[in-house]
Amino acid sequence: MDGSALIIALLSDVHANIEALSACLKHAREAGVGRYAFLGDLVGYGADPQAVIDTVACYAAKGAVVIKGNHDEAVEKTPRYMNDSVRAVINWTRDSLSDEGKDFLASLPLCVREQDFCFVHASAAAPERWDYIDSAAAARRCIDAAQVTYTFCGHVHDQELYFQGAGGKTMAFRPVPGTPVPIGRHRRWLAIVGSVGQPRDNNPAAAYAQFDTDRERITFRRVAYDHVAAARKIRDAGLPLSIAYRVEKGI
Amino acid sequence: MSVPGSDRYAGGELDGFLIGERIHSGAMGYIYRVDGRDSAFPMIMKVPRIGPGESGEGLIGYETEAMVLPALSGPHVPRFVAMGNLAKTPYLVTEWVDGESLEQVIKRGPLAPDDVASIGAAISDAVHSLHLQDAVHLDLKPDNVIIKADGDVVLIDFGLAYHAHFPDLLAEEHRFAAGSAPYISPEQVLGTRSDPRSDIFALGAMLYEMTTGELPFGVPSTMAGLRDRLWLDPVPPRVRSPAVPPWLQEIILRCLEPDADDRYQSAALVAFDLRNPGQVAITARAAKSTQAGVVEQTRRWWRSRARHPAPRRLPKSQVSATPVVMVAVDTANPDDQRQPALQRTTAQVLSLSSEFRLICVSVIRRSVVAEGPGSESASGAYLDHLVRLRHWVEPLQLPLRRLSLHVLESANPENALLEFARRNNVDLIILGAPHPAQRGLAWWRSVASGVTANAHCSVHVVRVPASLN
Repeated sequence: MDGSALIIALLSDVHANIEALSACLKHAREAGVGRYAFLGDLVGYGADPQAVIDTVACYAAKGAVVIKGNHDEAVEKTPRYMNDSVRAVINWTRDSLSDEGKDFLASLPLCVREQDFCFVHASAAAPERWDYIDSAAAARRCIDAAQVTYTFCGHVHDQELYFQGAGGKTMAFRPVPGTPVPIGRHRRWLAIVGSVGQPRDNNPAAAYAQFDTDRERITFRRVAYDHVAAARKIRDAGLPLSIAYRVEKGI
Repeated sequence: MSVPGSDRYAGGELDGFLIGERIHSGAMGYIYRVDGRDSAFPMIMKVPRIGPGESGEGLIGYETEAMVLPALSGPHVPRFVAMGNLAKTPYLVTEWVDGESLEQVIKRGPLAPDDVASIGAAISDAVHSLHLQDAVHLDLKPDNVIIKADGDVVLIDFGLAYHAHFPDLLAEEHRFAAGSAPYISPEQVLGTRSDPRSDIFALGAMLYEMTTGELPFGVPSTMAGLRDRLWLDPVPPRVRSPAVPPWLQEIILRCLEPDADDRYQSAALVAFDLRNPGQVAITARAAKSTQAGVVEQTRRWWRSRARHPAPRRLPKSQVSATPVVMVAVDTANPDDQRQPALQRTTAQVLSLSSEFRLICVSVIRRSVVAEGPGSESASGAYLDHLVRLRHWVEPLQLPLRRLSLHVLESANPENALLEFARRNNVDLIILGAPHPAQRGLAWWRSVASGVTANAHCSVHVVRVPASLN
């Protein structure tokens, strides 16, 4: 990790939503972010996969961490578990991407470990299985597998901070956006940073997080963006209406 | 991890702080006086006990306080100055609060009801200020209450505190989170750590101790002993000391209700009752002269077995669900068209909350040259306005315990309203705009605009639509 880069922006589940991504990147730039990590699912659901990949590829060229998510993998080979509407979007995405774009997605790693950080899309315990971290037990498995102080992931679209309590038990904390939370190196922490392009907690604002490596503080963020325009593009592209509706309502 | 031994701190220097004498050495850690960094106020440094042979309890308490204290502000908490990195040199530097602890006050013996009320109200103000910041102290006891020379209270030691904006390191940890046995609330015994009403229970235990010199539940040393308070009610204060007035017993026992729903729902309401004994809604609690009988205790014991921890509700939303609303009524002009408009607005505001306290205030001008308040005509005027105030609020049909009426006499109505609102932790002031016909009367105009400009809280100015004038 570059010593001068004190604040890392953690962005996940962009889902081809260029409006949301641009708003978060602008927000991060203004907050003095020096480094970027994209935690997977650049595409899927949204109407701008190529624009998102082009943007993220620029950041990757400048040293950003970029992780592969299950939707990114699905562009290579549609998996069986995806339902019809998601499958339709994946097929559309594949058709609308350039070869370079597809190669970029295919080249992404499932997990990156750097010093005391682990970046992964779903869970550090068997990343390729795309298990959801939806309980303290699942968080514990991820933390144990990561073997580092800080694990950052996405996949689950709601922001959550898992930590070890005084007695060693793993517990969940629902963060308050905008409040810096001290997360010291004497404990292990797992942050689920939320979804940039498709938040699902009845709040359409884009979600991401900033980690201040020097002061050991994480700040979860919500950024208002033109989600109505993003939803309209999904409709105009002929993608399933239910997906446009979800982006519009944040559900 | 290189942690200097405790003795190596004294007389040394750390991050620009000159470490002076050690003033406390306890199970959790050490406290030193410190100087330096051009501080405008005296400071202390807290250093946790860590290392081989230590329980880790001191470190958890330190870590919790280091997380919560920097997020708190206002006159009722010590000012945070600096902290060291927990993994390298853990320390916490805060303001040294000059004053007497409530423990020292209580040691001198039981207090007179008036003193219990004034000190108790100051403590309640401090607790309320904490709750408004989304934090719960959870370890309120006389040792942690510092009374300053001006009577204001500062709460110290946030090693067991809960703050809704931060991960709760002590959640599910009964081993560490026990609190202080004489003051801990029943729901804390069961493991709930996010309910501000737990602090109201501890407040009740302190009021009880200040009043009677005794602890309401003794000093239990076992879990079974701690659980007793889930169903056992304390000996009524008036039994221990017949001089205790009914209103004070009412307040104390209401704070000590085993079920948090039966207590005061905010510390502001405790402060209000302590400052206005005449307005306390007296119930059977005030007259209680015995503890509950065996049958009642058995019933409560049975109920407590089934009681689940309180649902999660953020401290601030708990407190803001119980607003103190103050309405200023111009009783000098009872037939004014603004009166029904003020009533309508007040009813609308109150309908948004099932838990509230409405304070109706009228300010009668006391001219500098008029006769003193003790004279016949002055008290007659006072009563007259009180009756008009009661008449004004009657249509709202509020239960007495939600209501209080006050006629203030002042040459400066604006200041009287502002001061009364601030002192009683009012959340919202409702008052009328100047009547068009009164626009020439500058004093009323200045009351509405002056109150709006200078209030510590929100102000709702009611105006009769122009078409009706």
